[in-house]
Amino acid sequence: MNQAKVPAWVSVGLIPLLNILLAFLVSGLVFLAIGEDPIEAAGYLIYGAFGYDEGIGYTLYYATNLIFTGLAVSIAFKAGLFNIGGEGQAYIGGLGVGLLCLWFDSSLPLIVIAPLAIIGGALFGAAWAYIPAYLQARRGSHIVITTIMFNFIASSLMVYLMVNWLKAEGVMSPISRTFEESAWLPYMHDLFSPFGLDIGDSPLNMAFILALLCCVLYWGLVWHTRWGYQLRTVGTNPTAAKYAGIDNAKVTIWVMLISGGFAGLVGVNEIMGVNHNLLLNFTAGYGFAGIAVALMGRNHPVGIILAAMLFGALYQGGAELAFEIPTITPEIVVVIQGLVILFSGALENMFKGKIEGFFLRRAAA
Amino acid sequence: MSDQTHPYAIELEGISKRFGAVQANKDIGLQVPAGTIHGIIGENGAGKSTLMSIIYGFYEADSGTISIDGQQVDIRNSQDAIKVGIGMVHQHFMLVENFTVLENVILGAEGGAVLNQGISAARKELKRLEQEYSLDIDVDAVVEDLPVGLQQRVEILKALYRGAKILILDEPTGVLTPQEADHLFRILKSLTEQGVTVLLITHKLREILASTDNVSVMRQGEMVAHRETATTDKEELAELMVGKKVRLKVNKDEAQPQQAVLTAKELSFFDGQGVERLKKVSLELKAGEILGIAGVSGNGQSELLNVLSGITPMASGEIQFAGQTITANAAKTAAQMRDLKMAHVPEDRHKMGLVTGFEAYEAAVLGYHDSSDYNGAILMDRKAMLDECNERMAAWDVRPPNPHLKTANFSGGNQQKIVIAREVEQNPEVLLIGQPTRGVDIGAIENIHEQIVKLRDAGKAILLVSVELDEIMALSDRIIVMFDGAIVGQVDASEADERTLGLMMANAWNEEQGAQE
Repeated sequence: MNQAKVPAWVSVGLIPLLNILLAFLVSGLVFLAIGEDPIEAAGYLIYGAFGYDEGIGYTLYYATNLIFTGLAVSIAFKAGLFNIGGEGQAYIGGLGVGLLCLWFDSSLPLIVIAPLAIIGGALFGAAWAYIPAYLQARRGSHIVITTIMFNFIASSLMVYLMVNWLKAEGVMSPISRTFEESAWLPYMHDLFSPFGLDIGDSPLNMAFILALLCCVLYWGLVWHTRWGYQLRTVGTNPTAAKYAGIDNAKVTIWVMLISGGFAGLVGVNEIMGVNHNLLLNFTAGYGFAGIAVALMGRNHPVGIILAAMLFGALYQGGAELAFEIPTITPEIVVVIQGLVILFSGALENMFKGKIEGFFLRRAAA
Repeated sequence: MSDQTHPYAIELEGISKRFGAVQANKDIGLQVPAGTIHGIIGENGAGKSTLMSIIYGFYEADSGTISIDGQQVDIRNSQDAIKVGIGMVHQHFMLVENFTVLENVILGAEGGAVLNQGISAARKELKRLEQEYSLDIDVDAVVEDLPVGLQQRVEILKALYRGAKILILDEPTGVLTPQEADHLFRILKSLTEQGVTVLLITHKLREILASTDNVSVMRQGEMVAHRETATTDKEELAELMVGKKVRLKVNKDEAQPQQAVLTAKELSFFDGQGVERLKKVSLELKAGEILGIAGVSGNGQSELLNVLSGITPMASGEIQFAGQTITANAAKTAAQMRDLKMAHVPEDRHKMGLVTGFEAYEAAVLGYHDSSDYNGAILMDRKAMLDECNERMAAWDVRPPNPHLKTANFSGGNQQKIVIAREVEQNPEVLLIGQPTRGVDIGAIENIHEQIVKLRDAGKAILLVSVELDEIMALSDRIIVMFDGAIVGQVDASEADERTLGLMMANAWNEEQGAQE
């Protein structure tokens, strides 16, 4: 039986939009419950995220991390693998970036360090994903379990390394020495200022461009190479993949390496672009938020960019909101994010049937 | 039949259903007299399943009415259907395998939170049903231990237990041996004697003629004819189904078998549970012949195809092919077998032969996606793939000829054409082909059969696995019968008849021969 068509703008535009609106509506009720005006709060949130140059810069800076982790979750998902380990892979990726910067910052120019650190971050992230991938492909250990566990291992490992090996001399907290400026990824506002453009001081840096390039890379890899073909076959029909002579185990390992690589690039943005030293907890949950981003972005790079911007806006707008209205704590912002994830992820199909039915009937009439 | 009973157990008027641009059912009218077996026949995609889904409440009709015993009813879901006395036996059984027959029957009708009471009541009721309809079955047997014929009986029992007076059976004989199918029809007959009305959906003409009282023919969403079965015949029904004269026989010349191109010696295979699925299977496949493998599905044919094509490794044995000796220790992967020019049309196109989420042009290179024909240095050559797909769609009459349509959205026959075209156009030395026409309509069957014979005449070797005896007998030059993982018989196609093969398939041939002596 032929499947009738629902217009594309409905499934990729209208339905996600409705889900988000509903999430905001329920968030509004939460605000009412704690005695704040939801309209006013929404105003602060939107103004904070998009209302002025620095705000936009921050939004895009957060989005950069989310694009990396979103791509990481998404590409693994294309092969039917649920990589929950983006957090740990990003953490270890950052370690790789940091180590390279610490080693070479006084001996090499930025033009050499930057690609080195990018490759290093990706390789470290990939290596961290390799172990769960190997265990899944060759030993049958479930990748969800192993990647989750590896988040904890990564976290402990970083504490150990920071405290015992990498801590700068004479400081009381576990952070490394600050890199020489030759290992700082240029800020966007520094790049724009020679042209007389003032985009405000924000942490937004060159890593954003890298994230966009990764989206293009993802698109090419997945839809235009034979490797992507194998990947999608394994992900949608493993039996057909076997029939086609595709080595499922090999694909599993490869895709996890790439997934870990994408996640590892968070380190480029955070360590090389913003903090300029190695420190603890710079991943701040981006690895997990990446799952929601991939889900909302429907495993397509364009969708992932949009979803990452939305979440970036929530991070940034939420910070503004908590600042402007003291009774609203940062936790409330987490509630909004949770609602967005709930409605656009978990309850994704709540309206789907009804709306699609409506358009099908209309198309039929 | 008492006076107040309406003459028609079920009556449809003006049923229409549209899915987007597809008119699946168009102004369908149907009258089924109570206590009869009514066949509904039609090609795949003719709208039979849609119509049954409307009656059973899976879909809602856009317009039209359904009346049961003269009462117009509103069926919005399967609960409604059950309430008005409609029961359905699906093509794929909906049984919980590790439950007993009794537990399966009361599933969803447990009659309260505490099971004991419900179970003893159900046991009594089942006894009565069994006696009334002479359905012989052990209610405490675990379903997975039962042969498919009995599992189907459980499904029927389930429907009757829920008070079904109208029983819909969707392609019920697909998984049965001819003997089991005959038994099923006897059961249906006795059901009608008890006042049950049976709707039998099938695309097998033989069954319609053998078992029904009346038959309705559907074509392209419309009801095109109603006949009393006694007044019609195979040729007329086939013609009504496709709307033109069809040939039920394959035109082919005598085979000219040449040298053996593939020799299998004592192949064994164990599944994940350690069950021996292939038991020392040996066979020889010659160039220029079609070797048919008959058997009820699940008797090792799938495993044989998978082992020969390199999808699953053998446990022991040896395959000689293309100058190579393949053993358990010197295994070849599916990709390597393809390189040696072995093509394989798998039995299940959805599970194995296609990726239904792929666009047609992508699915059309599955297994050959590494070929330099479809690849540039880094990127895949999309244009080459599309051009070739367009050519093949034209040559094989794939409809609609749209390489960008998702394979899931083609009809079964057109999906199968995509798969067969992909494999045959590689010009293989050996073609393994499983269920080439399962779920394919008659027009396409003819086309597919012609292509297989053409390949044979070009001197290629073909191993045909099919559960359709008609197909095996029409196409094969030599026939092997498999039962329980072993080869139990071999006959020359010219000497094969349905009864012999049917008995072999049920592994009763040798016993019967013994009894006659």
